[in-house]
Amino acid sequence: MAKHILAALVENRPGVLARVANLFRRRSFNIDSLSVGRTQRDDMSRMTIVMESDSAEADRLVKNLYKLVDVVHVDHLHSQPSVVREMALVKVRATSDNRREVIQLCDIFRARIIDVSAESLVVEITGEEEKLENFTELVRPFGIVEMVRTGMIALGRGGHTLKDEGFKPNRSRAAARRNVL
Amino acid sequence: MSDENAATNREAVNPRNGDGGADAVVLTGAEIVCECLLHEGVDIVFGYPGGAILPTYDALTRYPQLHHVLTRHEQGASHMADGYARATGKVGVAMATSGPGATNLVTGIATAMMDSSPIVCITGQVPTGAIGSDAFQETDVTGITLPITKHNYLVTSIDELPEVMREAFHIARTGRPGPVLVDIPKDVQIQEAEFVYPTEPIQLAGYSPPKTARARQVAAALELIRDSKRPIILAGHGISMAGANRELAQLAEKAQIPIALTLLGKGAISEHHPLCLGMMGMHGGAEVNHAIQQADLLIALGMRFDDRVTGNLATYARDSRKIHVDIDPSEINKNVTVDVGIVGDLGEVLRQLLDRVERRPNEAWFDRIAEWRADSELREIVRPAEAPQHPAVPEGKLLGAQVIRDLFEFTAGGAITVTDVGQHQMWEAQYYQHERPHSLITSGGLGTMGFGLPAAIGAKMSRPDQEVWAIVGDGGFQMTMMELATAVQERVNVHIAIINNGFLGMVRQWQEFFYEERYNQTPMVNPDFCKLAEAYGIPTVRVTERGQIEEAVNASRAQTAGPTLIDFVVEKEEIVFPMVPAGADLDDMIRRPTPAEFERQQRERAAEAKAEAPEPEAAAAALGSRFGV
Repeated sequence: MAKHILAALVENRPGVLARVANLFRRRSFNIDSLSVGRTQRDDMSRMTIVMESDSAEADRLVKNLYKLVDVVHVDHLHSQPSVVREMALVKVRATSDNRREVIQLCDIFRARIIDVSAESLVVEITGEEEKLENFTELVRPFGIVEMVRTGMIALGRGGHTLKDEGFKPNRSRAAARRNVL
Repeated sequence: MSDENAATNREAVNPRNGDGGADAVVLTGAEIVCECLLHEGVDIVFGYPGGAILPTYDALTRYPQLHHVLTRHEQGASHMADGYARATGKVGVAMATSGPGATNLVTGIATAMMDSSPIVCITGQVPTGAIGSDAFQETDVTGITLPITKHNYLVTSIDELPEVMREAFHIARTGRPGPVLVDIPKDVQIQEAEFVYPTEPIQLAGYSPPKTARARQVAAALELIRDSKRPIILAGHGISMAGANRELAQLAEKAQIPIALTLLGKGAISEHHPLCLGMMGMHGGAEVNHAIQQADLLIALGMRFDDRVTGNLATYARDSRKIHVDIDPSEINKNVTVDVGIVGDLGEVLRQLLDRVERRPNEAWFDRIAEWRADSELREIVRPAEAPQHPAVPEGKLLGAQVIRDLFEFTAGGAITVTDVGQHQMWEAQYYQHERPHSLITSGGLGTMGFGLPAAIGAKMSRPDQEVWAIVGDGGFQMTMMELATAVQERVNVHIAIINNGFLGMVRQWQEFFYEERYNQTPMVNPDFCKLAEAYGIPTVRVTERGQIEEAVNASRAQTAGPTLIDFVVEKEEIVFPMVPAGADLDDMIRRPTPAEFERQQRERAAEAKAEAPEPEAAAAALGSRFGV
C-alpha cells in the first residue's frame, strides 16, 4: 500500500465530474481526495486524484479512467518527480490570552492569518500533506473550530507535462460547452 | 456502411432540401436526427412514440427510407436493436420518449453494455428550459444510464446535434463496442439550423481504440506458446466481433492448440472443428473445465474471465501461464493476473502471432482430453431416439435437452438461435452446435430474462435471409411476450420454441441443490401458450413427446411469413448437468452419474428405504419404549 497521485486531463464538459465520481463508486475505488479545477486551456479541466492502494489498483484506475470518453490523458505522478501542494483553511480558537502563541506557530509554518475575531483566527496554510497534518496537530490543543482542505494538487517537475497536443477544440461543441463542474 | 450507400441515402433526403441544391439546408433538429441516421446506414429504428420525441416521429414521416418498428414496450425496442446489432455487427437503433419511455429502455441498454453490443438509443427529453423542474415525464436519463452506457450525451443545442450523432455511432461501433444514448430535448428537435453533415474526421481526444499490439508483447506470447506442453485457447465474443474467426482457426491448426469457448464465444469457430472442445464454465463440458484446470498455458482471446467461466479464482488454472488478448486495456489483469497482456484488435494480433508461431505436437495433451471426453460421453443423456437410453431418462418424458438436440438436427444446425435466460439457454449452449459467427444470440453477461423474443425479432429483421429461432423458457417468455404483436404487425418470420416446464427451471435447480428443495416462487401457473398465440393469429403446435418434434419443427419451418410458435411441454424437474456451484473450483462439478453409477445409486437407495421402513412389531415396540410401556 502506498499513496498514489494521479493527474487526469479531462474535457471541460457537463457531467464529466459525475462520470469520474460514478466510476469510483461503481468499481469500488477508495479515493482519499479529488480536486478539480481549470487549466491553461478553457476547454480542459484537470483532476488530481489521491488514493491509498497497491500499484495494481492504481493501474486499474488509470485504465478505467481512460475508458471514459471525456478523459484525455492520465498520468501517474507517483512515478516521476513532481510538486504536490494542498491548502487548508483552519479556524483556530484564540482569545487575547493565547492569540500570540497561535500567531507564533503560524510564523513557523509560514501560514497566513486571513481573518481575526475576538474568539478565533482563520489560518491559511499551504504545503505538502505532512506539513498540514503537523500544523493541525499543533493547533488542536487551542481548539479547531472549523477546517477545510482542498485536497492535493500536483504538477510534474521540469519539462514533464500532461499531453494535450493533438486535441483541437471543435467550434460548434465549444460554443455549447459550459463550465459545469 | 459503404460510402456508396451513404451517397444514395444522402440524395434521398427531405424534399425541402430540393431547391437550394447546395450543402447547406435549413432543417429542424428532428430532421437532422433522421439525416444523421441515414448517413450512418440505418434502415430500421425500433421504438415507441411519446410527447417529448413527437417532433422526431413527425420528421420520420418525411424519411420513408427509415423503417420504424413499433414495439409494445420500450424494453422490447432496446432488445430488438441489440438483436439486430448482434446478428450483423451493424449498429442497432432504439428510440423512445422521455421519462418512462427512457427508463423502460434501461434493461436493454444494460444488457447491451455487458455483452459489448453496439446500439444507439435516442430519447426525447423535456424542453431545455424545463430540465431540472420535475416536469411531466422528465427523468435524468443520462444520469440513470451513466454506468450502463459506453458513453451518453445530453444535447443542449442544435448546433452540436450532427456531431453528437456522428460521435455516438462512432463510439458505439468502434473499439470494444457498446451502447450509446443520445438524449434530445424537445425544443432542440423543433429548432431549425443550417445543416451540413460534418465531413472532417471525428476528433475525440479521449477516445482512440487500440489497433496493433506492441511487438515485445507478441514476442513474449510466442515464447510462452513455444514452451507450453498443455496449451488451451479460451475464445470469447471478441473473436466474432473482430471478425477474427479465420485467424483463430489458423492459429489453432498451426500450433495444434485446442479451443474452449465461452457462451458468447460460440460461433468463434465451428463446433465441428476437431480442435474445438466446446463450452467452458459453470455448465460447460467437464472435459473442457478439466483441460483448463490442467493446462500449462491459457491463451485468452477476446474474453473477460467472467466468474461464470472461472469459478473460484484462487484455484483457477493454477499451474498455467496466461496470455490475454483484448481490445479493452481495463480487462487485462482485472479478474485474473496474466503473464502477457496484449491490447489490440484481435485480427491484427492473431495475424502477428500466426506469422511466427511454430507447429507443435501436443499428442499426449490431446489424449488426456480424449479420456475426459470419453467419461463425459458415458454420462450423456441425449442420445439418438433408437439408441439405448441413459437409465436416468424418465420413461415417456420429454426432456428440454432432447428438444434442443432435435431442433439442432431438424434445422441442420444452420439457424440463428436467440435464447432467453435459464435452463433452456444452457441446453442450447450444450446441444446446439454453431458453425458460424453471430449465429447464437444470447444475454450472457447480464442474464436478462425477456431478452429472447424481442432480440429474435431484431435479429430476423437484420438478417431476413436467415432462419431465426427464439428459444425461450416459459418464465422469460412471459416477461416480453407482448412483442408477439410486434412480430405479427411486422410479419417477422421468427420461430418461437417455448421450453415449457412450468417452473423457473434454473432457479428451481438451485433450490434443489442449495436450498433443500424448497421450491419457493418457482412453480408457475401458465396460460395456454398455443391459445394465447392463436389470439394473435400465430400458427402453433404443442409437443409433448419426442416423436412429435420433427413434424412440429418442419411445420414451423414451412411457414415463411409471420411468426410461429411451438409449445414444448417438457419434464418439470430436469437438471442442467454438469454444474459448477457458484464460487466452487472449476473442476469441482456436480455431474450426472454414469449409467453404472446411477444403477448402483438406485440399488443403494432401495436398500436404504427397506432398512428404514421398520417391521410392524419392531415399530410397535419402539413406540412402546418411547412411552415407557
